[in-house]
Amino acid sequence: MFKKVLIANRGEIAVRIAQTLQEMSIAVVAVFSDVDRDSPHVSRADEAYHLDGIAPSETYLDAHKIVEAAKHHKVDAIHPGYGFLSENAAFAHLCADEGITFIGPSPKVISAMGDKIVAKQTLETAGVPLVPGWSSDDANLSDIRKAADRIGYPVLLKAAAGGGGKGMRIVEAASDIEGALGAAQREANSAFGDARVFVEKYIARPRHIEFQIFGDHHGNVVHLFERECSIQRRYQKIIEETPAPNFPDSLRQKMGESAVAAAKAINYTGAGTVEFLVDEHGHFYFLEVNTRLQVEHPITEAVVDQDLVRTQVLVAAGEPLPFTQDQLRQTGHALEARIYAEDPARGFLPSTGLIDRYHQPHGRWIRVDSGVRSGSLVTVHYDPMLAKLITWGDSRDESICRMQWALQRYVVLGVTTNIEFLARVIDHPNFANGDLHTHFLDDNDLSASKSGNVPDEAFIIAALTMKRRAASRSRTSGDDESRPVYSDTPWQSSGRWRNT
Amino acid sequence: MDLIQSKINPDDPSFAENRAYMESLVNELQGNLTRVKGGGGEKAVKKHEKRGKLFVRDRIEKLIDSDSPFLEFSALAAWGMYENQAPGAGVVTGIGRIEGRACVIVANDATVKGGTYFPITVKKHLRAQEIAHENHLPCIYLVDSGGAFLSLQADVFPDRDHFGRIFYNQARMSADGIEQIAVVMGSCTAGGAYVPAMSDETVIVKEQGTIFLGGPPLVKAATGEEVTAEELGGASVHCAKSGVADHYAVNDEDALAITRHIVAHLGPRNPAMLDTVASEEPLYDTREIYGIVNKDHRKPYDVREIIARIVDGSRFHEFKAMYGDTIVCGFAHIFGYPAGIIANNGVLFSQSALKTTHFIELCGQRRIPLVFLQNITGFMVGKRFENEGIAKHGAKMVAAVSNAAVPKFTVIIGGSYGAGNYGMCGRAYQPRQLWMWPNARISVMGGEQAANVLLTVKRDQLAAKGEPPMNEEQESAFKKPILDKYTEESSAYYSTARLWDDGIIDPHDTRMVLALGIAASQEAPRQEWKHSVFRM
Repeated sequence: MFKKVLIANRGEIAVRIAQTLQEMSIAVVAVFSDVDRDSPHVSRADEAYHLDGIAPSETYLDAHKIVEAAKHHKVDAIHPGYGFLSENAAFAHLCADEGITFIGPSPKVISAMGDKIVAKQTLETAGVPLVPGWSSDDANLSDIRKAADRIGYPVLLKAAAGGGGKGMRIVEAASDIEGALGAAQREANSAFGDARVFVEKYIARPRHIEFQIFGDHHGNVVHLFERECSIQRRYQKIIEETPAPNFPDSLRQKMGESAVAAAKAINYTGAGTVEFLVDEHGHFYFLEVNTRLQVEHPITEAVVDQDLVRTQVLVAAGEPLPFTQDQLRQTGHALEARIYAEDPARGFLPSTGLIDRYHQPHGRWIRVDSGVRSGSLVTVHYDPMLAKLITWGDSRDESICRMQWALQRYVVLGVTTNIEFLARVIDHPNFANGDLHTHFLDDNDLSASKSGNVPDEAFIIAALTMKRRAASRSRTSGDDESRPVYSDTPWQSSGRWRNT
Repeated sequence: MDLIQSKINPDDPSFAENRAYMESLVNELQGNLTRVKGGGGEKAVKKHEKRGKLFVRDRIEKLIDSDSPFLEFSALAAWGMYENQAPGAGVVTGIGRIEGRACVIVANDATVKGGTYFPITVKKHLRAQEIAHENHLPCIYLVDSGGAFLSLQADVFPDRDHFGRIFYNQARMSADGIEQIAVVMGSCTAGGAYVPAMSDETVIVKEQGTIFLGGPPLVKAATGEEVTAEELGGASVHCAKSGVADHYAVNDEDALAITRHIVAHLGPRNPAMLDTVASEEPLYDTREIYGIVNKDHRKPYDVREIIARIVDGSRFHEFKAMYGDTIVCGFAHIFGYPAGIIANNGVLFSQSALKTTHFIELCGQRRIPLVFLQNITGFMVGKRFENEGIAKHGAKMVAAVSNAAVPKFTVIIGGSYGAGNYGMCGRAYQPRQLWMWPNARISVMGGEQAANVLLTVKRDQLAAKGEPPMNEEQESAFKKPILDKYTEESSAYYSTARLWDDGIIDPHDTRMVLALGIAASQEAPRQEWKHSVFRM
């Protein structure tokens, strides 16, 4: 087993991975940028390495610096977390070249699944159903138009290299396709440096359902059931749950088998996720394979009672999967809400600043994976997700009730968060009914309650704060506390400041 | 509540236009600062470092406490002067914290013409000493200079505020208990030798520092004696034989470490104690200042929007808000220090002058430092105003400003014209510090007004001589050179090059610059407050 592992990540996922590694008696090496020096992910680690700089490109995304850190600390393996270098085949290669185990699938699988066109071609041969669509490396307007006619409008144009909605266009009618294609290609080119675009059937109210898969180096492949991830804003998931509501067992079984077939077709090793779209008639279509640990993995952990990071480490160390498909069962229901520093009232604009006060809810059935604490600084440089709140219950109703309770008691002061917004989503009758699809947030009214009542407690706290401030201002010179302490002057407290 | 309610609309297109304009000015400023911070250029710096010496800015970094501020003065001195041969006038000055104590640092830049003194270099050195004297801050001289720039000696040597004044100041400050410390890190020849010799304590670096009245070539010419610089006035000579220096350092780093020890053993401070409160950031984003200040300087805006972005918690206890409303006076805190803010909000009338006089008297009585935000075209003119005695009311304001026995700070945030400059604590009124925003303009009157005044005189002359009046084209040709001259000479860069101010700052830094200045001003004991005769 590994003795020491470097976590090439930050925030909540780095904290979460560190815990499992330390539980396995593996020493943890954290990396940190200039602004992350005092972050929880650094203080929880056994050793830490400073990545000079702030921007992701010069820190957490800099493969050479990370490998240098790994060599400096003599680690056996690197866990990339999610995002950053986790799906970077070149980085996985670089690790292999340096004799460091990359905790994830092989570089070949990463690069094959990273290209959506290649991924689809590969999985189509394995019999995984695809959204009716058409692609070609050198598609021109007339090819695309023909393909769209064949598939039937509405169709969707998507960037081959893309993700996150960049270079994506819905085309309602044949007359709009020319303009939409140009726009999609331009956007794809500027976002990914690759203008290739493909066309597929547009599914009006799809559900986003994904399957957790796991493979080892001994030919074993299993799935750990589905996750329902339809609640999305700007193509980013904010609430996930498992088991999916209103989801027949037969469909679960069919999709699970399909996911396993997909994984087998590419000799998948480690943790991965096969994403599907499911339409209103229960047809499912392959979307993509994520070759990493998923943000929302804790809900799977909750219902199958397994530690997925631990499993990743075991597999990477060459051990067989610690469970078989038959041993895996879904027990109860788990729900996850992502806590973001963002303002839902202003188009989910990221919010930055100092977290004055941070308090997370506790409970037997509540799990919080957090990367911040009181005093943490939220900057513009990284993803604004602060933490994940996960609740478990015997039934979906129970985990929803626990989630409502926990969200109400979640305190983050200093930056604007989506906590209230999440509570409104969870409280919505359509959510309770499990009437979920990826346009849920657009189609349902989730604006703040009509009354707009500010609770009395808020006024009381505001009044007390002002009173205290006023008291501190009116101190007289006879009061010892008002004596200026030399350490209070801006010469002492302003750090390295220059006017030139 | 004293909270200033901001009324700006950041979505207004004019806000974006203003912001873009101010950003371009700030970018230009940063670019210019970067240039002068390179000293005499990469080649000269490399050559300097090859000799085992640190570049002047690295010396300062190593001298001051790590992770502490440095408030630099007149970084753009000599900008556009002396054929641009003297970036920063070849000397870096500022206030830095050493062993917890605010000190004035005067450091020669030997990469600029060997650190020789141009006229503006002398002015900058004397200004730093003046700041030290007024604020009771110890002086650290990092000496590395060839003395006066000889081809300009007439503007460097003979007059009252020329080279000799440096040593006079050292003696007077030492007498007032303000420590004078010299660190000889290069040559200190002729007059320059008096900087270490006049100091309370002196450090010298071996094989780098030399102190002598006449260098080896001069000695040879005068007496025929052949001698090396080290034998004549090196570190071992002065530390072991002559006693001109006190501490022997093996290199620059060692010298700076010794200097820090010296400061750690200075005598007790005797600060004026202001009652301070906990500091609080302004409620509004200070960067919004960029969008508030109008690109067209003639267009007015409410100066309270600026005050709201400088003072603690954007709280402002305004005085006489309904009286003489073309000037805004009120009490606030900056970084917890009390401050009386006086800010122009239009042309000055008699009432504005009377209100300000009253407010200055209040601050004097309460020992509250004054902050002037200058954006002033001048006093109102015209029969009605002269007849009501605007001159004597303005005089009261000028007298109050002159005699106010509290630290004064001036920031020119727009125009600074005519007698408005006087009443609003211009350079002549001894503010402890005076800063300019990059958009600021300063001249006796606006260029357009000056051109029109001269044009009127010209028209009268022509008429008196019985000559035909000028046509429109001739008039604009007559005005153009005047306008051009005013445009050039009233710019912030023209001002800062000549030390009419202590530097151009990013408006966003105003709060910090004022806070550091006010905090440093507290090192000086309270001044005695006297009054002149007010003409009633």
